Amino acid sequence: MGRILNLRIFRGNAADGGLADVAVEAMEGEVILDVIHRVQAEQMNDLAVRWNCKAGKCGSCSMEINGKPRLACMTRVASFEDGETITITPLRAFPVIKDLVTDVSFNYKKAMEVRAYEHPVDLKPGDARMQQIDVERSQEFRKCIECFLCQDTCHVIRDHEENKKSFAGPRFFIRLAELDMHPLDTVRNRKQSAQAEHGLGMCNITKCCTEVCPEHIRITDNAIIPMKERVVDVKYDPLRWLGSVIRKRDGIL
Amino acid sequence: MANGVFTEGRATLSARTFRTDKWWLQPLFTVIVLLSFIVYATFRAFENGKYFAEPLISPFYSPCLSTACVNGSTSFVGTIFGTYHILGMTVSPSLFILIFPLAFRLTCYYYRKAYYRSFWMSPPACAVAEPHSKYTGETRAPLIIQNGHRYAFYAGLVFNVFLTIDAIGAFRNERGQWGHMSVGTLVLLANATFLWLYSASCHTCRHTVGGRLRNFSHHPVRYKLWTWVSILNHKHQNFAWISLFGVALADLYVRQVSGHSIRNLYFF
Repeated sequence: MGRILNLRIFRGNAADGGLADVAVEAMEGEVILDVIHRVQAEQMNDLAVRWNCKAGKCGSCSMEINGKPRLACMTRVASFEDGETITITPLRAFPVIKDLVTDVSFNYKKAMEVRAYEHPVDLKPGDARMQQIDVERSQEFRKCIECFLCQDTCHVIRDHEENKKSFAGPRFFIRLAELDMHPLDTVRNRKQSAQAEHGLGMCNITKCCTEVCPEHIRITDNAIIPMKERVVDVKYDPLRWLGSVIRKRDGIL
Repeated sequence: MANGVFTEGRATLSARTFRTDKWWLQPLFTVIVLLSFIVYATFRAFENGKYFAEPLISPFYSPCLSTACVNGSTSFVGTIFGTYHILGMTVSPSLFILIFPLAFRLTCYYYRKAYYRSFWMSPPACAVAEPHSKYTGETRAPLIIQNGHRYAFYAGLVFNVFLTIDAIGAFRNERGQWGHMSVGTLVLLANATFLWLYSASCHTCRHTVGGRLRNFSHHPVRYKLWTWVSILNHKHQNFAWISLFGVALADLYVRQVSGHSIRNLYFF
């Protein structure tokens, strides 16, 4: 025997919509995605919801639960009080398609703007060797499941639609950091492009991206701030610039 | 025109946030604590008194570099500034130096998060709509100056050295004889320790010791340093608060001793 949950679910599309109240039974051990599926099966057959793995690894069921960007499959029903009304809305930084499904194509466009890894031309296949300590920093960033919760919560685009043109967002800052820290990547102007093309300077490091990351990637501390410091190296620090000129090396580019 | 979460095309919802937790508590707490510190520090900086009680000197006045410093409190590097008067009042020696630790904290990555959220509400909390219609981040003046954090960090290190020397100097008694220890010694030692931990855990420190490298394997010593600083960096927020309280409490202790409100108890 489960308990009755009171949900308020967004129903509608870009033109019109609102919150619909519904009561649904929840069993012990269930997550919010389970009860959404029960609502869909029993009460709202046309409720649109995007989901896939139900294991917190595909990043499909991103939505906002009581105002917080979360994965529905990783949000336990038991974490809510008896009698509490749970509000479930689509991601509010992106255009809504229908009900809980949003159009996240903004992120795919931004992904295409990041210049890909370039391998050293003089290194033959099989000759590339890297120490574990050189790649482990980047490996943290490879845990990203592209749920786009960090993008959704980032106030730079969530609260300012006009910034979407010039700001890539935290998900792509970890991509840029991963590439810039890669010992073999030959692209040498990632710091400059992070600032000029991807809008790194817009970030005011309020760490919301880190707070919502379901993979617990320390986005701000390990990617954004290190990238900001690298940008300072090449753009704002006269002593570093002077040092690189005197020592005639381009190691910081 | 509607902007932010009310932009056309997004879910048509009228609430700025649907968060049900007390999201406003943290920014409110930050405002209260930081404002309290600012008020106290400003009062002490302008008070121009009760900052020295042999062998203790307040961290708000060290190094004391002005000829206006009270007898015995002048730094070992001597005086750089003269005695100046504005509107008939002597300019406090504290005003010549406080700009440096202040700049370190103002540009600190942790404090930036704290005051952007709590004072500027940009945003007040995660997924809570901010009240501003435009946002340019740290791309233009005056906030672009945040990129100078590393210079404030270097200045902060110099101050840590002075305050550590003060703490060592507190192993003397009121007559300047070495080999003594008092509650004031512990207070200044704790203050210097917390300040070193705050500086060592700084993101700029982490970048400087090794974070900027691409190949850790080519720099094993710097890699080791980076791993140590990274461990401290996890606690940077805690050290930021503890060291802030530490400075204020150390100053308060010296003020009370100097004003003869309490006696500096000697262990030996």
